[in-house]
Amino acid sequence: MSLLNVKDLSIQYGESTVVDKVSFVVRRGESIGLVGESGSGKTQTALGLLGLLPRDARLTGSIRFKGSEIANRSDRELDRIRGRRISMVFQDPMQALNPYLRIGEQLRQVLLQHGLASGVKADQKVVAMLKRVGLQDPERQFRAYPFQLSGGMRQRVMIASALIAEPDLLIADEPTTALDVTVQAQILDLLETLRHDTALLLITHDLGIVAGRCERLLVFEAGKLVETGATTAVFASPQHEHTKTLLALAPRIDRGDILPPVTDKTLLGVEGASVSYRDAHHAELVAVRDVNLSLRESETLAIVGESGSGKSSLVRALLGLIPLKAGRVVFAGRPLEGAVETRAKSLRRDLQLVFQDPAGALNPQMRVQSLVGESLLVHEPALSTPERVQRVTASLATVGLDESFLSRFPHQLSGGQAQRVAIARALILEPKILICDEAVAALDGSVREQVLKVLREVQVNTGMSIIFISHDLAVVRSISHRVAVMYLGRMVEVAETRRLFSAPRHPYTRALLDASPVPDPLVAPQSAPLFGEVPSLIRPPSGCVFHPRCSYSDARCKDKRPELRELDGGRVACHHASETLLKQA
Amino acid sequence: MLRYALLRLLGAIPTLLLVIVLAFLMVHAAPGGPFDDARSPHPEVLAAIEATYHLDEPVVQQLGRYLGGLLRGDLGPSFRYPDYSVSELIGIGFPASLKLGVLAMSLAILVGVSAGTFAALRQGSMTDRVVMSFSMTGISIPVFVVAPVLVLLFAVKLHWLPAGWSGSAGVAKYIVPVVTLALPQIAYIARLTRASMIEVLSRDFIRTARAQGLGTRAIIRIHALKPAMLPVLSYMGPAIAAILTGSVVVEQVFGIPGLGASFVNGALNRDYTLVLGIVIFYAALIIALNLVVDLLYGVIDPQVRQR
Ligand SMILES: Nc1ncnc2c1ncn2[C@@H]1O[C@H](COP(=O)(O)OP(=O)(O)OP(=O)(O)O)[C@@H](O)[C@H]1O
Ligand code: SF4
Ligand SMILES: [Mg+2]
Repeated sequence: MSLLNVKDLSIQYGESTVVDKVSFVVRRGESIGLVGESGSGKTQTALGLLGLLPRDARLTGSIRFKGSEIANRSDRELDRIRGRRISMVFQDPMQALNPYLRIGEQLRQVLLQHGLASGVKADQKVVAMLKRVGLQDPERQFRAYPFQLSGGMRQRVMIASALIAEPDLLIADEPTTALDVTVQAQILDLLETLRHDTALLLITHDLGIVAGRCERLLVFEAGKLVETGATTAVFASPQHEHTKTLLALAPRIDRGDILPPVTDKTLLGVEGASVSYRDAHHAELVAVRDVNLSLRESETLAIVGESGSGKSSLVRALLGLIPLKAGRVVFAGRPLEGAVETRAKSLRRDLQLVFQDPAGALNPQMRVQSLVGESLLVHEPALSTPERVQRVTASLATVGLDESFLSRFPHQLSGGQAQRVAIARALILEPKILICDEAVAALDGSVREQVLKVLREVQVNTGMSIIFISHDLAVVRSISHRVAVMYLGRMVEVAETRRLFSAPRHPYTRALLDASPVPDPLVAPQSAPLFGEVPSLIRPPSGCVFHPRCSYSDARCKDKRPELRELDGGRVACHHASETLLKQA
Repeated sequence: MLRYALLRLLGAIPTLLLVIVLAFLMVHAAPGGPFDDARSPHPEVLAAIEATYHLDEPVVQQLGRYLGGLLRGDLGPSFRYPDYSVSELIGIGFPASLKLGVLAMSLAILVGVSAGTFAALRQGSMTDRVVMSFSMTGISIPVFVVAPVLVLLFAVKLHWLPAGWSGSAGVAKYIVPVVTLALPQIAYIARLTRASMIEVLSRDFIRTARAQGLGTRAIIRIHALKPAMLPVLSYMGPAIAAILTGSVVVEQVFGIPGLGASFVNGALNRDYTLVLGIVIFYAALIIALNLVVDLLYGVIDPQVRQR
């Protein structure tokens, strides 16, 4: 008998149908991946299963759990199932845990509610559960508040609360999207080892995650279930067009793309750059320490690293948005210094920035035409209005948007369109360097591909250089000529893309690669290559900053900081970066 | 947390000082003195009295003398009741006012929070609309209108409750004054609670709690009430001030021998030291209670506590 039997499930808001006649089954103990692009109805389906939809939603169809109907049942009836038989892990553990309540208490309530334990017994159970999800010193963490934990730890707590009642089905909605890759790998491992015979419905937009971990797949498109089957079969021979596109678009860390050629003229040089902030207690926090970097004409240089690695701080300092504490930047043979307002106009237009959040970067009260054309007023005041409109139209055309967009407001754009408008706005000034700070992180597969394609085309046509900041190695591989890896404010490895991906020299680079999911069920998923999380910048580890998490570290690593040195045509900062060592691992 | 509390305490001193000086100067600038009414004494007698009370000195010197007295907890003698010091008069009037204020505040919080939560849970329903329109009325009708109406209704017409203060015993005599005083606060707190409860209930962690199978009651009690109380807590400062001012009117209307009544009498009698003393006493009280409210923030919000 199947555990969960969903038949013709539809969810509507007024006239719009967000989930359309979806039917599927979940069998005991199996793991199912539910994949689809943003807005395809994944979350709505999950919430519908648990009766957690907002009041204005209308749900029809049948949801049978262990044979009994649970669709549209009262909260009173469902409360016996929620958290006990079917539980859920949400995407953002900061939002999903109560910030005003100790985490032990949040877990204990689940036990009390379902009458599974009480008093000291309950406390003991909670501590045991916290220990199982990998919290060190669980007795103490019992009394911690969510804000005192790192993102990865919070998600562990979330998982603990979902599994503490030993449910039959666990629904995990993008459980790792808010986390760093190395932590993502840890969390996915944890889900797998802890669930025992709890069935898992894993919701994600990332095909790499489901490829190695789920037995079956459900593929959603615009509220419809378009394909279902064994994971290996779906990957090997997708039947539906949409599945084919999704697979084709999934960025692959194990394959590269052909890129436009690079000149060997250096355009930008960064020497010994450091950036520091002061935190609330006035302690100094060195976000970037002694970084050397160069960028050639027509080159795309990627900067990768997990949260807190200093990627954004570095480029902000380049742009003059924040001051450099030490070091200097040379652009086209001239020193680039001072705050952005004090720089010459021509220098300002040569460096343009595109942010992660397109909606936030566009003034909601302005039309696309003014948004894109605005900077021309400053930099080319002599232009007549028709000339300006023409330039705007041309710039929009390079990012694949036609004239009909000129009069739109930002809220009338999709995420991908908004990001392309932001790029058009940067490109209209014909910059020598375009800096993209996580510019495609929020975008879906197809939209992300469009944006990346636009960037490559512009590079071929104009010879522009690109600094591409990303935490996603798979995306980086498809666009960059060279990659710089940062960890805790330091540059740990710089190398040509192909070399870096095929033969990483730094243990951290290697871990990042191993942690990145590959959308191919035949490539066995690596178990989490790193333990722990990125330490605090306020008290960085001694010696090699990576040593607490590095499996190669020895006494020397603890004491002495490795310098960045030449190796294999790249540069790497590691005492043990000798070839043999890393190849064997 | 302790450091924070001490810092806040030190920070309150200049505020209090400013209030004292301003109040002192304002009372001094008021036209007429305590002893110049129709039955004015002989100029020489007046001069003698003024000398006793140091009213002939320059204002700055008087202020200095007054502040000196304050440090010793001495608010000076009453001009009207020479047998009493102002501190003694406050000591006599305060207990009744305190009882009235505490009862009104408790009633306001209890009823306001419950009604607000109730309305939030049934957002858009009939109950919600009734609670909200009631509280709109509660906010817009002033105390001096509510008080006589309640007396008319419950005491004069229905004879459920005593009309006056003196003569009647027990708690019954508190009911109408307390309700009068609490009514606008109930209304305000209900609206605040409703709004913040609705906001809190829309947060992600409430959805988590629902997904864990916690029922509505457990969710409110364990997860929602604390954060929903934060805006209500910040309103406590103004609420306390409003109850204090309201009590001046209420005590007058119901003939309660409290501090509010003393204040009004003091003003009518030009008993300036008494008026000044009560103003300063109330100011200190409000500042102190605001401090307590601030510290309560730390109890509710762990991130505030960390500071
Ligand atoms: N409260 C609501 N009222 C109306 N429409 C809604 C509401 N909530 C979600 N939707 C719509 O339902 C559709 C499906 O949303 P859902 O959140 O399930 O997508 P998803 O597949 O989980 O996407 P993502 O990957 O971005 O999380 C979207 O078009 C969304 O705009
Ligand atoms: S220097 Fe040592 S600790 Fe640092 S990365 Fe190399 S081996 Fe690891
Ligand atoms: Mg979703």
